[in-house]
Amino acid sequence: MEKTWNNKAWFLVLPVLVLVAFSAAIPLMTVVNYSVQDTFGNNQFFWAGTDWFTEILHSPRFWDALLRNLIFSLVILAIEIPLGILIALNMPKKGLGVPVCLVLMALPLLIPWNVVGTIWQVFGRVDIGLLGHTLEALGIDYNYVQSPTAAWITVIVMDVWHWTSLVVLLCYAGLVSIPDAYYQAAKIDGASRWSVFRYIQLPKMNRVLLIAVLLRFMDSFMIYTEPFVVTGGGPGNSTTFLSIDLVKMAVGQFDLGPAAAMSIVYFLIILLLSWVFYTVMTSGDAQA
Amino acid sequence: MNFSWMAWTLPTALFFIGIALLIAAMGIWEFISPGGNPRVGILRFTTTRGDRLFISLLGSAFIHLAWLGLVGPNLWWALALSLVYAIAVFKTV
Repeated sequence: MEKTWNNKAWFLVLPVLVLVAFSAAIPLMTVVNYSVQDTFGNNQFFWAGTDWFTEILHSPRFWDALLRNLIFSLVILAIEIPLGILIALNMPKKGLGVPVCLVLMALPLLIPWNVVGTIWQVFGRVDIGLLGHTLEALGIDYNYVQSPTAAWITVIVMDVWHWTSLVVLLCYAGLVSIPDAYYQAAKIDGASRWSVFRYIQLPKMNRVLLIAVLLRFMDSFMIYTEPFVVTGGGPGNSTTFLSIDLVKMAVGQFDLGPAAAMSIVYFLIILLLSWVFYTVMTSGDAQA
Repeated sequence: MNFSWMAWTLPTALFFIGIALLIAAMGIWEFISPGGNPRVGILRFTTTRGDRLFISLLGSAFIHLAWLGLVGPNLWWALALSLVYAIAVFKTV
């Protein structure tokens, strides 16, 4: 059957376009305007041209924060995606265990970001925190306030604790939607557990995994609240990610021009990486 | 309505008018020739003309940034390079 093209249907998306214009396009345009000017407040602006972009692109502070952010996002994805799949595969598919597991999994997602930061800040403290105190009692040198390694481990474990549930719930939704006929066919063929996973479950989870990878990548690349509450970007600058650096520049130093230029570079990087992720994962899906 | 809080300048206004005209032109193109002309190009995946515009604009932004970081603040050559890049994207991607 031939597909009918009706361009009048585009008018139906007009309300969403208006909403996006107010929530995203207008603020983005304002940031672009700020990025080519300098201001000392009082709504007075002075033309700076591309100076702030040049300054940002030659700033080791920016490149260091970007590298830290990329490493953080890759580590997060490398842990949360396989762990999420593993937990989802082992969750019960029927009975009382289902609602219990779903509620337990949803709990970390319901906690606000700043509260998660505060929980882990207290939890990891050597003097009063359960984790920090226990590790110290075991003779392990752990102090996220002084050691960059301990700070990184704390921030990564905190993110894994907070967000693996999202991957689990998405994968679980993908798994329960697989019809029983697939498993029955695999059983008749004598397929191994690995074959069932590789040829039935993984392809069927492709769509939800795409969403999980994109959401977790974008979210971890924009992470701010949790590490800011736990480490404040320290010790030194060891956990200063791009968003923390950006806020320090815009709010702490009131350098709105350089901060706007940095925001645009940051936005372009995340746009590029998200597009690459999306294209790679959907083109594989189309070929299958 | 006062838009002074948005700190508009003539160059940024021209930039956004250019983007808006591009999107409008793509809308007219789509109206005249619906379907988005999907095809598989050198990147080995299907792209519509909207995808090709997105790739052109994103690539142009990075060409300008690379020029600023590696060469200098005179961006006319970066603009020319971006136009060549956009034509190449629309022809081959």
